[in-house]
Amino acid sequence: MNELGMFFAILGMALAAILGGIGSAVGVGLAGQAAAGVVTEDPSKFSKVLILQLLPGTQGIYGFLIAFLAMSQFGILGGTPVTSTKDGLIVLAACLPIAIVGLLSGIYQGKTAVSSIGLVSKKPEQFGKSLLFPAMVETYAILALLISILAVFNVGKFF
Amino acid sequence: MADTAYTYAVARVRAKEVFLLSNADIEQLIALKTEENCLAFLREKGWGNGSLEESADEMLSNEMTKAWREAKDLVMDRSVFDVLMAPREYHNLKAAIKKVCAGDKAENIFFDDTLYNPDELMIMIAKRKFDKLPKEMAEVASVAVETLLQTKDGQMCDILIDRATLEAIAKIGENSSSAFVKEYVKDTLMVADIRIAVRSAKTGKSKMFMDKAMVECEGIKKKDLIDAAVSGITGVCDYLEKIGKTEIVEAIKESPSAFEKWCDNKIMDTIMSQKYNSFSEGPILAYILAKENEIKTVRVILTGKVNELDEDFIRERVRKMYV
Repeated sequence: MNELGMFFAILGMALAAILGGIGSAVGVGLAGQAAAGVVTEDPSKFSKVLILQLLPGTQGIYGFLIAFLAMSQFGILGGTPVTSTKDGLIVLAACLPIAIVGLLSGIYQGKTAVSSIGLVSKKPEQFGKSLLFPAMVETYAILALLISILAVFNVGKFF
Repeated sequence: MADTAYTYAVARVRAKEVFLLSNADIEQLIALKTEENCLAFLREKGWGNGSLEESADEMLSNEMTKAWREAKDLVMDRSVFDVLMAPREYHNLKAAIKKVCAGDKAENIFFDDTLYNPDELMIMIAKRKFDKLPKEMAEVASVAVETLLQTKDGQMCDILIDRATLEAIAKIGENSSSAFVKEYVKDTLMVADIRIAVRSAKTGKSKMFMDKAMVECEGIKKKDLIDAAVSGITGVCDYLEKIGKTEIVEAIKESPSAFEKWCDNKIMDTIMSQKYNSFSEGPILAYILAKENEIKTVRVILTGKVNELDEDFIRERVRKMYV
């Protein structure tokens, strides 16, 4: 086992969990403020705005998932520990897509959810459409998640 | 402050906007026969205190007080409202000066909920001690009191304070980091200068009068506008056409009420973009302005109904609604 290599591998796992988590925390926090504002005026809209508030929460789950898979693959919870600095950097790179996209998409999805909550507060009958706007942002988090999953399961070939 | 600091407040404003009167509501109101029918319609919409004894004036006044109270309940930082509070503070100063120095007996002339209590203002004026007021306000208060006492010219007192109001608004715009506040201040000053020019041209006011009343603003050269106004209303129209403001010229040529309506609608156009803004203080300020515009429009309709005016005559004077 190479200590510097393991450091980079763990850094990648940590970034996936931390940045994805920050993105979701900011997004859910923003949407939560807007949801609380609407419920203050009209408590009957609680269930609708709660669903919108939860949408930016997925990036944190994706980051956690990648961190867990990487731990299982590269010697923390199982699998093979990395044996060189180069291998550690490869694992770090595999974790970066969901880390970076998770952070940014979580924040932007939160802002879009805030606007959708504003839409629901004025036109509750448009709830279905209002869900689509923040859901669009999710696409890019899912793409980044797929790339990170594929990378984590396949980078072993290059060790 | 970060724009996202207002997320909660803006969401509450969005929920409150549902209760603003729409253009369709205004049409319904115009179609009603009497003032009593209109008041009943407004009560159904949640206006007033629900009492049948409440007069139209009381209902409108209570509605404005309620809107301000609700808006101030939304954000802790009251400086957000400075740009809208400045005219109210200076109005109270003007009213207090007239009450103390000219013995004005009119009642209910003060705005509630201002930073400087009207009673305190009247004491300051009586004692000529303005040290509790901000520097600019203290200066204009002192000059306006002396002017009114020495010349008994109420109009000169008015223009001194009105100009100080515009300067206070301009200063708030300069110091603000909000794009909306800057845009609102720019349009407010422009509309105020054009209003002064048109009224002065119609009443044959002097160059010196206009120079004292107007302030510098973006998009209009004060000196050129004054020169144009001295030559009469045609001069003002020619100048405004020259700088590309043809839509105002059409309103001026149509009628005085069309011009006043254009001035109010211009501010409404400025705030319309805030309907689609989910962050920043803009939607909160826009809500108050929309409410003020709504109350002004309802007042026009009720006055029309009391005086049994024709529906089309009232409709011409109705302002653009925010929702």
